[in-house]
Amino acid sequence: MGIKIDRDKCVLCEACVASCPNGALSSGDEICIDEEKCILCGACVNNCPMEAITLEKEQAAADEGSSGIWVAVQQQDGRPIPAALELIHKARELADIKKCTVTAVCPGKGSGFEKELIEAGADEVIFCISENMADSDDDAYARILIPLIKERNPETVLFSATILGRSAAPRIAAKLGTGLTADCTALSIEPDTGLLAQTRPALGGNLMATILCPGTRPQMATIRPGIFPAPFPDETRTGKAEYLRAGDTTGRGFEIISAEAKKESGGISDAEVLLVAGRGIGSARNLKKVFELAELMGAKVGVSRPLIDMGWAEYPHQVGQTGATVAPKLLISLGVSGAIQHLAGMGGAKTVVAVNTDEAAPITRQADHVIHMDCVEFVDELTRSFKERKEL
Amino acid sequence: MNIIVCVKQVPSSNEVRLDPVRKTIIRDSSKAVANPFDVTAVEAAVQIREKHGGTVTALSMGIPATEKLLRDEIARGADKAVLLTDRVFAGADTLATSYTLAKAVNTLGGADLILCGKMATDGDTAQIGPELSAWLDVPCVTDVIEIKETDDRHIVCVRNTDAGTETVKVELPAVITVVKNLTIPRLPSIAGIRKSLDAEVRLVKAAELGADPSRIGLDGSPTQVIRTFPQEKKGEAVKIEADKAAAAVMELWEEL
Ligand SMILES: Cc1cc2nc3c(=O)[nH]c(=O)nc-3n(C[C@H](O)[C@H](O)[C@H](O)COP(=O)(O)OP(=O)(O)OC[C@H]3O[C@@H](n4cnc5c(N)ncnc54)[C@H](O)[C@@H]3O)c2cc1C
Repeated sequence: MGIKIDRDKCVLCEACVASCPNGALSSGDEICIDEEKCILCGACVNNCPMEAITLEKEQAAADEGSSGIWVAVQQQDGRPIPAALELIHKARELADIKKCTVTAVCPGKGSGFEKELIEAGADEVIFCISENMADSDDDAYARILIPLIKERNPETVLFSATILGRSAAPRIAAKLGTGLTADCTALSIEPDTGLLAQTRPALGGNLMATILCPGTRPQMATIRPGIFPAPFPDETRTGKAEYLRAGDTTGRGFEIISAEAKKESGGISDAEVLLVAGRGIGSARNLKKVFELAELMGAKVGVSRPLIDMGWAEYPHQVGQTGATVAPKLLISLGVSGAIQHLAGMGGAKTVVAVNTDEAAPITRQADHVIHMDCVEFVDELTRSFKERKEL
Repeated sequence: MNIIVCVKQVPSSNEVRLDPVRKTIIRDSSKAVANPFDVTAVEAAVQIREKHGGTVTALSMGIPATEKLLRDEIARGADKAVLLTDRVFAGADTLATSYTLAKAVNTLGGADLILCGKMATDGDTAQIGPELSAWLDVPCVTDVIEIKETDDRHIVCVRNTDAGTETVKVELPAVITVVKNLTIPRLPSIAGIRKSLDAEVRLVKAAELGADPSRIGLDGSPTQVIRTFPQEKKGEAVKIEADKAAAAVMELWEEL
């Protein structure tokens, strides 16, 4: 076990030294590792252009008996959430490569929507019905899935990286003693091993990391909603449904006393169109204009952190590493510089329009369309256009 | 109330530069800090102790240098600090880390309440809290935005859910993970700093935990990073002239 440096391959380029987050490597006549600092994170291994560094590890063999891809479906008001359908569709694509089945497993109070899940790509739907279970009950969700996964032994289980998914999946992974990759933004099958390659942003979005789970089953991941396209229902698909009773899930030392729905102002995470204002918007009054424009466009409003700090907007509007992660189809960025912490929250946006007076602002490198212009003027003009459109 | 707070050392910056020729990454490793979410968790724990009495123990798994950060948490009001530090812990993913922390909680005689930051700024996984609760077989509430009340047997808190927020009541012992702005961490007091200088940070090795060697560190970690690469840049952006901007954006909107 440990880091091994092949001195014959090493050219002392020091790429490893530069990549170490803990400053554990130093260079002299050869690369030295300070064992007091090294946490075996493997950053140097992946950064070595000469492939001179390896991380040795005992590797258990994977359970050959496991098969199939499962998608854990999350419900809202007895219906599958859109992210679940996206995930089933993606799972179908992966299953076609693996030549295996897709099972959609649905813990919760709803049932009867198997047709929709099958048309999205599932071969098999398992309802685990618990009439009194709240949609947000991560504890019950995990408790229902753990024995079922143990019993049926799927090779892979995928969850939406929602609040529920990111809370329930780790409990399940720990109980099954298997690996879990958080908040993935890409999935593929490794051609030579058939393993699930799980790619996620690391270091606040500065880097992407691809992760495998070679030795334990199932392979588990949570996947960021809105990353994969919503499926077109394929009405020619057929499949079967199974109805299981999960029974009463209350009385586990965990009780939901009251729930409050999201305030209208919040919820920018699932906005289809998002206007994001940064410091360039200039004043709280101008920000109001952005809200008015959003109203006309059926859009929601996000902001960069300084606007929260200045008290111009409430925290649920903040986009970024320490705010909300958004994945709109159209994101219009207004006077935002594009600091890395801000960009970390908007990687899932499909089309990005950046309006900025600085043509070289970092945001422009993440944008599909760049408008070199005063963002307040732009807001005024677009508002005018939408008002005119409405009158037509 | 006996409270354990899990604290992780993280790099102060996630900044990554790219060597333009070799395409390798360059990181700034000069400064390490306590994960800001965990600092909030320590503050929340200290507030509970101030109301109900008891002790707050800051618990970390990390390299020996983490001791300094744990002292800072004592300066902020924690009573004790425990550092799990051993070569064999290195290379741990969230499964191995949560297992090791669970073993430590039990070795320390258990706790009424275990607080974690919702996530760490370097890994962003948000998995340690719920995984830890599974190893300990206790309830878990994630994404907590407010701690309403606690008594000897329960904690009532408000958490974020996909649909909004929820007030939940759980039996203790339990694991709670908190958002960063749950409360504002206090600055270390002079008395606190004095205390932290003399305080003993208990160093614990794997053997003391009675941990299964196949479940800790690199060997106990099922996940493996096989590649890292810089975020793909989008292709060259299309420039839109200012006088056509509104019309062009209207068109993008209509295409949706
Ligand atoms: C640990 C940490 C976490 C953070 N988390 C987040 C986070 O989650 N979200 C977040 O947003 N930030 C976060 N930040 C802050 C982040 O680093 C930046 O400071 C912040 O995003 C900058 O906001 P901005 O782009 O609005 O402001 P600025 O950087 O000041 O940029 C303003 C931009 O507006 C342009 N501009 C000025 N006037 C006009 C005009 N009239 N018309 C058009 N353009 C104009 C300028 O050219 C500039 O590009 C975090 C920072 C740290 C250290």
